[in-house]
Amino acid sequence: MTTAERTRERRLTTARAMVEGIAQEMRRNEEVFVMGEDVGAYGGIFGTTTGLLDEFGPERVMDTPISETGFIGAGVGAAIEGMRPIVELMFVDFFGVCMDQIYNHMAKIHYESGGNVKVPMVLMTSVGGGYSDGAQHSQCLWATFAHLPGMKIVVPSNPRDAKGLMISAIRDDNPVVYMTHKGIMGLAWMAKNARSVGPVPEEEYEVPIGKASVAREGTDATVVTLSLSVHHALDVAERLSGEGIELEVLDLRSLVPLDREAILESVGKTGRVLVVDEDYRSFGLSGEIAATIAEEDPTLLKAPLSRVAVPDVPIPYARPLERAVLPTPERIEEAARGLVGA
Amino acid sequence: MDTSTRLSLYRTMVRIRAFEEAIRREYYVGKQPVFDIGAGPVPGEMHLAAGQEPVAAGLCAHLRSDDALTGPHRPHHIALAHGVDMKRMTAEIFGRESGLCHGKGGHMHLFAPEVHFGCSGIIAEGMPTACGQALAFKKRGTDQVAAAVVGEGAVNQGGFHESLNLAALWKLPVIFVVEDNDWGISVPRSASTSNFSATDRGRAYGIPGERVEDNSVEGVYEACGRAVQRARRSEGPSLIEVHTLRLWGHFEGDAQGYRESELEDVPGRDPIPTYRRTLIEEGLLDEEEAQRIRAEAEEEVEAAIRFAKESPEPAPDEALEHVFA
Ligand SMILES: Cc1ncc(C[n+]2csc(CCOP(=O)(O)OP(=O)(O)O)c2C)c(N)n1
Repeated sequence: MTTAERTRERRLTTARAMVEGIAQEMRRNEEVFVMGEDVGAYGGIFGTTTGLLDEFGPERVMDTPISETGFIGAGVGAAIEGMRPIVELMFVDFFGVCMDQIYNHMAKIHYESGGNVKVPMVLMTSVGGGYSDGAQHSQCLWATFAHLPGMKIVVPSNPRDAKGLMISAIRDDNPVVYMTHKGIMGLAWMAKNARSVGPVPEEEYEVPIGKASVAREGTDATVVTLSLSVHHALDVAERLSGEGIELEVLDLRSLVPLDREAILESVGKTGRVLVVDEDYRSFGLSGEIAATIAEEDPTLLKAPLSRVAVPDVPIPYARPLERAVLPTPERIEEAARGLVGA
Repeated sequence: MDTSTRLSLYRTMVRIRAFEEAIRREYYVGKQPVFDIGAGPVPGEMHLAAGQEPVAAGLCAHLRSDDALTGPHRPHHIALAHGVDMKRMTAEIFGRESGLCHGKGGHMHLFAPEVHFGCSGIIAEGMPTACGQALAFKKRGTDQVAAAVVGEGAVNQGGFHESLNLAALWKLPVIFVVEDNDWGISVPRSASTSNFSATDRGRAYGIPGERVEDNSVEGVYEACGRAVQRARRSEGPSLIEVHTLRLWGHFEGDAQGYRESELEDVPGRDPIPTYRRTLIEEGLLDEEEAQRIRAEAEEEVEAAIRFAKESPEPAPDEALEHVFA
């Protein structure tokens, strides 16, 4: 890339990239609207709707009461009538008060109707910890949603993917749960991950749902991961590269559908796999990946699969406790070294 | 109302304010000049209750330490007024081993079973728990009562309505207290709630209620007194709504752009100077005594902060403990 090209390259935070994707779809399609708590004047607690009220007005950018069952269910209803609502659940942890609308309605109606009824809505929500917000505001829970059939689950890790996945999610005829880790948003009030600001094309574009991306090529082991952990894995990979260890980092980007081919291809190449998951360890994503390899071809593995995830405890508040359970770069590095040495 | 009660209400409010001011000061340590929510000795979200002291003082004056109380995400004022140990509560907010919850809970999840106190960061979800505590008291035939404090934003949550119905149906000894500070983060009550007063909703379930205007601590005291007495006499639940004041942002770091039009006169509505003036005018308090009350409160608060800072952090391994009993 020439210097001129680089200066022309526009960089946005992940939050801005999401907003741009939403705004472009709202301009293109009158049926797209946004609702949720504090999405209007506040612009979304995590900046996911900043500026939308000014451009589109309160009819299309609706602040809601704190009534998640009500307004998520209303999103389902509007989607059934063919509109394309984007509904924000402020923190995924609040799913407890509204899960019925999500999994018994949003996710099942298409199937129950024998394919007659479509529910083209986006449920966007923030996930993840690392800033001491305690057990009710720090979970990822993506596997909980992925476990329940009928919803696509996307989890971008960077601004470019965030915009493209948002556009794909809005255009998709299925319910899509769109989960963003607070640590990748580029928020002004949270320690910024260096890659939470990045180049984003101005035009509309889709990033296909269900396709993983190789965030870094390597030969010695594959780190299968997503969201903020992609960045930790990339940082670790750079460090280990200096010692001659080359990690491949696979950014899943979607959980449902899961890009099993990409996982198998990479593991076929490296023969070693480390799953890094900020969700709970048992009965979740890391187990699913292990099962995928075991079912397909266990001989791909030259060493036992390794995983770094949240041990099966709620996310504790105090910093040393929280750091002990999150997949920190230190834990990833230790696991990667162990795996490559195995 | 007798003088000692009035002075005691004042003292409780001043004690809470001294606490919230000190926590606010400590919260910004390590977060300046660039605010980073995860930095400093007190990380995470911080919802402070300055301006809402009348609710805590007026309600808790009637509660005994064997009565139950559940709070929302903004819990410090009612925790302190109900007798939660200030030192261990401060240590919890600092994430220390000596904290109420050994550092596992944090400011939104304070639990003190010795005074039957708990809170939750999920809107309205302390209400069903309070119903259950009231149910236990009723089944055992004690005269204990339970109270649940929530913000006005909570009245639109299913848990609120289900709790009201249960409490009325089962005639539970429970007091629901709604702190109407006009705002649910950035959303004014007028944009979130179809009818004006939560007491109307209570009445629809057969629960008598009172709305206290002007953030008046004595008004809260009187109304809660009636409600607690009703509950103790096994006459069933009540709902008290207080038109109170969020003196500061929703959480620390909130620029409150959405509230610009009213911010200018917010300090003038601060309930503590107002009550101090009343007490002084009526000759029950003088400046000197008021200063002494404040100094005493500060001394207690600073001792609690010292205790927290001097306490060790929990060892990382402790993260794995306490999943099961
Ligand atoms: C079920 C649920 N939805 C949303 C939130 C996010 N949230 C935290 S505080 C808050 C506003 C609460 O307003 P109110 O009940 O009036 O209490 P206040 O903050 O004004 O004291 C919201 C929406 C939450 N914690 N739980």
